[in-house]
Amino acid sequence: MSARRLPGGGQIDRSRLLNFKWDGKQYQGYAGDTLASALLANNQQLIGRSFKYHRPRGIMSAGVEESGAIVTTGEGDRREPNVKATSQELYEGLLASGQNAWPNVRRDMGAVSGWFSRFFVAGFYYKTFMGLPPFEWGKGTGIWMQYEKLIRKAAGMGQASREPDPDHYDHAHAFCDVLVVGSGPSGLHAALTAARAGRDVMLVEQDFEIGGDYLNQSDAALISRRAEIIAELEQAGVRIMNRTTAFGLYDYGTAGLLERVSDVAMAANPHLPRQRFWTVRAGATLLATGALERSVAFANNDRPGVMTAAAAGVYLNRYGILPGQQIVVATNNDSAYTVAAELASAGASVELVDARAAVSAQQREVAALAGVQTRYGCAPLAVQGSKTVQGVTLANNGGAGWQAGDLMQCELLLVSGGWSPVVNLLSHRGIKPQWDPAQTCFLPVESAENIAMAGSAAGVWNLAACEQSGSAAMASLLGLAASHRSIVAGGWDNPIEPLYEVRIGEQRVKSFVDQQHDVTSDDIRLAHQEGFVSVEHLKRYTTLGMATDQGKMGNVIGMALMADALGRDISQVGTTTFRPPYTPVSIGALAGPNTGAHFRALRRTPMHNWNLANGATMTEAGLWQRSWYHARDAETISQAYVREAETARSSVGICDVSSLGKIAVQGPDASEFLNRVYSNAFAKLPVGKARYGIMLRDDGLVMDDGTCWRLSENDFLMTTTTSNAAKVMVWLEELLQLRWPDLKVHVSSVTDQWASVSVAGPQARAMIAACVEASTAVDNNSLPFMGVRAGKLNGGIDCLIARISFSGEMAFEIFVAAGFGPAMMELLWAAAKPLGGCLYGLEALGALRIEKGHVTGAELDGRVTIDDAGLGKMASTKKSYIGSVLRQRPELMREDRPRLVGIFPKDKASTFNAGALICQPDKVAGFGEGWITAVTHSPVLGHWIGLGYVAGGHESWAGRDLLATDPVRRGNVEIEVVSPHMVDPKGERMHG
Amino acid sequence: MLRIKCPFCGERDHSEFSYGGDGSIVYPALDAPMQDWVEAVFQRENIRGMQTETWQHVNGCRTWLLVERDTMTHEIRSVRAAHPGVAKALEGSS
Repeated sequence: MSARRLPGGGQIDRSRLLNFKWDGKQYQGYAGDTLASALLANNQQLIGRSFKYHRPRGIMSAGVEESGAIVTTGEGDRREPNVKATSQELYEGLLASGQNAWPNVRRDMGAVSGWFSRFFVAGFYYKTFMGLPPFEWGKGTGIWMQYEKLIRKAAGMGQASREPDPDHYDHAHAFCDVLVVGSGPSGLHAALTAARAGRDVMLVEQDFEIGGDYLNQSDAALISRRAEIIAELEQAGVRIMNRTTAFGLYDYGTAGLLERVSDVAMAANPHLPRQRFWTVRAGATLLATGALERSVAFANNDRPGVMTAAAAGVYLNRYGILPGQQIVVATNNDSAYTVAAELASAGASVELVDARAAVSAQQREVAALAGVQTRYGCAPLAVQGSKTVQGVTLANNGGAGWQAGDLMQCELLLVSGGWSPVVNLLSHRGIKPQWDPAQTCFLPVESAENIAMAGSAAGVWNLAACEQSGSAAMASLLGLAASHRSIVAGGWDNPIEPLYEVRIGEQRVKSFVDQQHDVTSDDIRLAHQEGFVSVEHLKRYTTLGMATDQGKMGNVIGMALMADALGRDISQVGTTTFRPPYTPVSIGALAGPNTGAHFRALRRTPMHNWNLANGATMTEAGLWQRSWYHARDAETISQAYVREAETARSSVGICDVSSLGKIAVQGPDASEFLNRVYSNAFAKLPVGKARYGIMLRDDGLVMDDGTCWRLSENDFLMTTTTSNAAKVMVWLEELLQLRWPDLKVHVSSVTDQWASVSVAGPQARAMIAACVEASTAVDNNSLPFMGVRAGKLNGGIDCLIARISFSGEMAFEIFVAAGFGPAMMELLWAAAKPLGGCLYGLEALGALRIEKGHVTGAELDGRVTIDDAGLGKMASTKKSYIGSVLRQRPELMREDRPRLVGIFPKDKASTFNAGALICQPDKVAGFGEGWITAVTHSPVLGHWIGLGYVAGGHESWAGRDLLATDPVRRGNVEIEVVSPHMVDPKGERMHG
Repeated sequence: MLRIKCPFCGERDHSEFSYGGDGSIVYPALDAPMQDWVEAVFQRENIRGMQTETWQHVNGCRTWLLVERDTMTHEIRSVRAAHPGVAKALEGSS
C-alpha cells in the first residue's frame, strides 16, 4: 500500500509541523492530524496486533469505533494503553507504540497462536481446561488457574503504567437549557435553532475540531458554512466544548461529560487538569451523535489495508491523505459512491463493486464521471495477502447464493456494509432502539423525557436533510414547533441491500465480526449451535461487543448472523443494551481531585496544632486526626502508651476528646424526648447532673452510648461516640420531624463549637482547682460524681466542667468554646507538669477503658443488645423507649448469646490479637464460642488483656480452658475469660 | 442522578440527600404490642410503581422529606416536608 499526503487540501494546519515517535522512530505530521492520519501519511500500515490471535491490524476507521489501530501512548508514569490512534490528537513529542506484541507489531512472536486458531473458538478456555482430563481429576480449578495466568499473558491489550498518575483530574458541574451532543451538520443547526430562541445552550463534541461531517467534505461552501455557524453560536454565547465526550445520560436530564484538556494547553499551563469530569443538568438534550459505518464479514476482513469507505473519505478530505493508489470499494449502499469518486479524482485508481444488482443512472454517473469502474452483484469474498492487502477475491451473486468470482488486484479495500446510528446515549435511558429493515439499522424511538435525536443518528443519510433535521428536532424539543416528523429516516437514491457476511457454502474462514475481541462469524454460529440463542447470552459467551468499543462496528453483524442461524428476523433477535460509558472513562477522571489525602474530609480538633507542638503522634479515627500517643525521648508507641496510662492512674493525664459528638437538645419537651430516646431514665435527671445513656435502635439493638448533661431545665448537652455523631444527629432529627412532630425540641450539632478535654487521675481535682477561678468550686460537694457546672478557667475563659469518667479514674471533662481550646491546654498542662502529669492519646485511652471494661464502637458493632454488652441493668423497666419492645424478642433474650467478657492469657507472658475467634480447645472450627474485640497491655495488671464476646458470658466458662484462635496470624493462644471489669470493679477510684 | 425539589432549598442533586426508608409506615406507640413493632420494623412492601419514601436533605437544610417516587421510572411526583408544621409554613411562603 502506498498511502501519502497530498500536496494540498484538508483541514490540517500545514504551517505547523509536529514531531512524534512511533515504535521508536521519528515521524512528522501536522497540527490537526490524529495519530492515525499522521501514521497513514507516513505510510505506516501495521499498527496493532489482535487481542486473541495476534493478527496484524491496521487503521480501520477514522473515529472512536476503531478496532485495529489501538496503541499505547506515553511512557513511564504517563503510559496509557489501548488508545485509539484514530481519535488521538497529534501533538509535538507524542510517543506511541504498538501493544500486545513482542518484539514489535511487525514481527510478533505471539502470532503463533494464530496457527492454532481453529481451537481458540468461543468458550475455548472453559471447554479445554475445565472439562477434560487431566483437568477434572479433582483439582481442575487449581490447574485451570495456572493455565489462566499463561493465557492472560498471551491474550490481551496494552499494559497500564504501574506508577502513580502524575496528573490531576477535576470534577466540574454545569447547568443549561439545552445540551447538544455532536457538532456535525445536524448538531450545529440544532444549537443554532436553540441559540436563536434565546436558550442557554451547551454544545459538546468528542473530536478536537467542531464540525463533525462538515470537516469531511470536499465542497468549500460547506466548509465555510461550518465556520459561519460556529461564529454565530459563539456570538450568541453558546458554550462550545470540543474534546468533550458525553459518555452517559442519566435521570432528570443529567449527562456525564469527559473533557480532555489538550496536551498543548497542558504544556503551556502545568496547573491545568488532564481531564475534567462534568456533571451537566440539562433542561433538554438533543443527540446529534451521528452514525458509524459497518464493515462486512468475509475472509481476512481484518487485514491492514481494509478500512471503511467513509474513513477513506475522512483521510482524504479532512487530512489531505490519499490512503492508497490502487483501491477497491465494496458497498451495498449509495454512500460509498461519493468517496470512490473523490478518491479517483484525487488520483487513485478506483474500482467499485456493489452487492446490489443495479442502481439508478444518476448514481452510476457519480462513479463514471470520476472514472471509477463499477461492477454490480459482487461482494468481497476473501482478502489476499498476509500482512497487507494484495488483492481481493470477489463473490458473485448468482441468485442462489454466492459463487467465487475474479481476483482483483488492489492495495486498499474500502468496505461499506451500511450505517449504524449512534443510539447508545438514548439506550442509556432504557429505550430500546428498533430495527428498521428498510435502512438496515437500529433507529431511535421517541423518548418520554426531553430528549430528541437528529441527523444521521436518526437515520437521515443526506447532509442537507441532516441540517434540516437538526433545526426541526430542536424546534420540536423546545416546543417551538409541533413535530419534526417531516424529516424521516433515509435519503439514498437506491435502497440499501442487507449484507452482513459473504461466504460460500459452509466454508470455514477467519471472517471477523468483532475485530477488537477477535470474534468471528463461526464463533457466532458455534454459540448458536451450543444453545446460546439469546443475544445477551451470545454476547457473554463469545464476548461479542464486550471490548472497549462495545461493539460499535460489529454488533449489528453479530445480531444479523444470529438471526440468520435462528431463522428469524433481526427485529426478533433484538439488540443488547448499551450502557455508559460510550467511550472509556479513566478511573482518574472518576476519582477527580478526591485522591490521597483529599479522598475524604479531614477533621482536626481545635487543639490539633497544640497537640503536635507537644509531641503528639497522630492517628486517624474516622475522619478525625487524633493524638495517638505523646512519646518522650525515644519511646516506642508501646512504651509511650503504657507510661501514659500508668501516669493517669497514679497522677493525672490530659486527653483531647474534642472529636466526641456533641448535640445540643433544647426545648420544653427536651427531657421527654431524651426519656424516649435513651433506654435509661432521663425524665428526672436534675439540673447540674450528667447521666451515662444508651440509645437503642427500633429493632432493640444498641445504637450508641454517651453522656447527657442537664445544663438547665430545658437545655441538655448530649455527647455521642466519635464515630456515631452524624448518625445520631440524623436519627434525632428523623424522630422529631417524622415520628414525634408534636414534641417541642430543637437539636443542633455543636461538635465543632466545643473544645473538650478529659482530665483523669487521682490528682485531677487538685490540678483543675489550680486552673479555675475561685468562684468555680470543684470539690466533691460542689461537683460530685456525675455533677456538671458552668464556671471560669483562669483568665476568664467560660467553661463547662462535668465529673465523668471513661478511664475509671477520678476524671473531669472540661468544655470551652473551640477557639479557647489551645489556651485551655496551656493552662491545664502548666498545672499538670508539677504534679508529674502527662498528655495521653488514643492508645492510652484505649488501655484505660479496656481495663475497666467500658465499651466503644468495637464492642457496639450494631449486632449487640444492651444485655450482651453487660449494660442491661441500666435499662429502665418503668418506661417505654425506642427499642424497648423489640429488645424483648426471644432470640435477643437467649442466655447463650455472646456476652461481654474480659480476657486474660493463661501464660501471662503471652498475648493475642483483636479479631481472633474464641474456641474450645477440642473444637477449633466454625465461628467458635465468641470473638475478641480489643486488646491492650494493662499497666495495672502487668500483662496483656482483652475484651470480647463469649457465648453465655464469663460465668459460663469460669475455670474452663479456651483458645484465642487466629490461624492466619498468631495461631492458638490459651486464654481464660473473666469479668470485663478487670480493674477496680467497684469503681472506688472514680467516686473518690 | 435524581433531582429532588426540596421545598426549602429548591431543586438539588440527590447526592445532597440521604435516603431514609418507606414513608408510608406509621410507627406504633412505644409500648405497643410486639407484633405491631415487628410489622413496622421488618415487614416491607417491594413496590413497583409510585411509593412514598423519606429522604433527608442532609447536606442542605436537613429537613426530612416525604417523596413520592416511581420505582420504575424514577419520576418524582411530589416532595413535601415530613413535619406537618414545617410543611404548612413552607406552603404558606411559596
